[in-house]
Amino acid sequence: MAIENISLSGRKTAVSNKEMTFWERLYFIAIIKGMMITIKHFFSRKVTVQYPEQKREYSPVYRGQHVLMRDEEGRERCTACGLCALACPAEAITMKAAERTKEEMNLYREEKYAAIYEINMLRCIFCGLCEEACPKDAIYLTKSQKHVKPDVTRQSFIYGKDKLVISVEDGKSGKYAGLKPIQNKELN
Amino acid sequence: MKVLPYMEISFILEKLILIIIVFAVTMFFALYSTLAERKVAGFIQDRYGPNRAGIFGILQPLADGAKLFSKEEFMPDTPNKVLFTIGPAMAMIVSLLGSAVIPWANKFVIAGVEYIPQVADINIALLYVVAVMSTAIYGIVIGAWASNNKYSLMGGIRAGAQMVSYEVAMGLSLIALVMMTGTFSLREITEQQAGFGWNAFYQPLTLFIFLICSFAECNRTPFDLAECESELVNGHHTEFSSMKMGFYMFSEYVSMFFSSALISILFFGGYNYPGMEWVADNWGGNIANTLAVLTLLGKISFFIFFYMWVRWTIPRFRYDQLMRLGWKMLFPLALFNILLVGVLILIFK
Repeated sequence: MAIENISLSGRKTAVSNKEMTFWERLYFIAIIKGMMITIKHFFSRKVTVQYPEQKREYSPVYRGQHVLMRDEEGRERCTACGLCALACPAEAITMKAAERTKEEMNLYREEKYAAIYEINMLRCIFCGLCEEACPKDAIYLTKSQKHVKPDVTRQSFIYGKDKLVISVEDGKSGKYAGLKPIQNKELN
Repeated sequence: MKVLPYMEISFILEKLILIIIVFAVTMFFALYSTLAERKVAGFIQDRYGPNRAGIFGILQPLADGAKLFSKEEFMPDTPNKVLFTIGPAMAMIVSLLGSAVIPWANKFVIAGVEYIPQVADINIALLYVVAVMSTAIYGIVIGAWASNNKYSLMGGIRAGAQMVSYEVAMGLSLIALVMMTGTFSLREITEQQAGFGWNAFYQPLTLFIFLICSFAECNRTPFDLAECESELVNGHHTEFSSMKMGFYMFSEYVSMFFSSALISILFFGGYNYPGMEWVADNWGGNIANTLAVLTLLGKISFFIFFYMWVRWTIPRFRYDQLMRLGWKMLFPLALFNILLVGVLILIFK
């Protein structure tokens, strides 16, 4: 088979330079046809999303701003193992571990926790490898459904725990889907 | 000092008020045409168009106007500063001139005095219209020349050649119409079409030629080669900014309004509507006349919409195609049309 005849898409058509007929040369019929098409679109349904009033749903795999999860009792899940920082191809994550004291039992899930946890949102490429790497289900960027807001200084893009960790109430109510709170009546 | 007699003062006053009203209506239509244009464009492209300024974007023209006024007035380095200022003014004045001869309705009778809702009922109105329309080119050419810019000049040359070419076919098509109506007065032409005797039914070919030519005369797509964005930046108003640019843009909409009015009057019965006499007999002449004004405005609105509909459907002609269409197709067709109308008049009259 000659290469000219191969059509992988199956839509190949030969170019023809045939003379136009008299009616085609008048363009008149083509123009009327075109105007019928545009008037049909004039009355058709509009596809515009009226943004501030009307928001489109994010796709379930949308990767937005990271969140650090709390468990159903409101304790931080992160143990500062550093696997996310290791997995990060953009070197965006830094953390400093600390040991939990007796009084902090209700704050942190395990003995070791992240005293400082920072993500540089300018370095982050939102690939989601930290989420995949996390063995404790602590960091997610598919669940926040939030954008990183624009700003004017570079410093402000380094998000610390104040911005990343979800609130205790959100942790208990399981607002960020996928981590359903286990209804434990004994706790309340 | 010569004292003007009472009748003359009242006549001047009446006409002055009428002029102001016609001017206001024309400007209002031009103003809202800019919004309508963007709305129609949006709707045809499955969008909504501007809808943030007021309900349905109703305040958009005011916002646009405020923006144009507050823009920096930029004057290019040109030796023709006076011409540069005259250009947009001329374009605006000339496109406003035409609306003087539009007959809006029959005579209004208020307190026993007759008022004719037409600024000037001259018996050569059609000639006046053709004359005014052909001077519209001066604003464009003067502005383009004074811009001292090659793109502008090119746009001006194109506009000039195009208008001259289409003027011929337009004049010839009007001759065919005048042969049938036997008058140049727009009021008489309108009155001949009372009821549903629209000229469009008698002379479809004339309408066809006139319609195409009026598109070219208004510099509207598919004949907007003068301001062809893809090759000439913006053609004749490339160098204009602020309200000067606004005037050029506005004059286009005003002349669109005027040529829509002309099409409605010449071919679609002007202010006539079916049942006009019945309304005049039963409800009074003034109500019938008010409805007549609204009818004419409705017809004008439809043709303005038609202009926009065509604009957002058809791409622009290439320059040689434009010239071929004007000289090799419309010109012979218009001549043939005259012959045809002449033969038909001989047979049927």
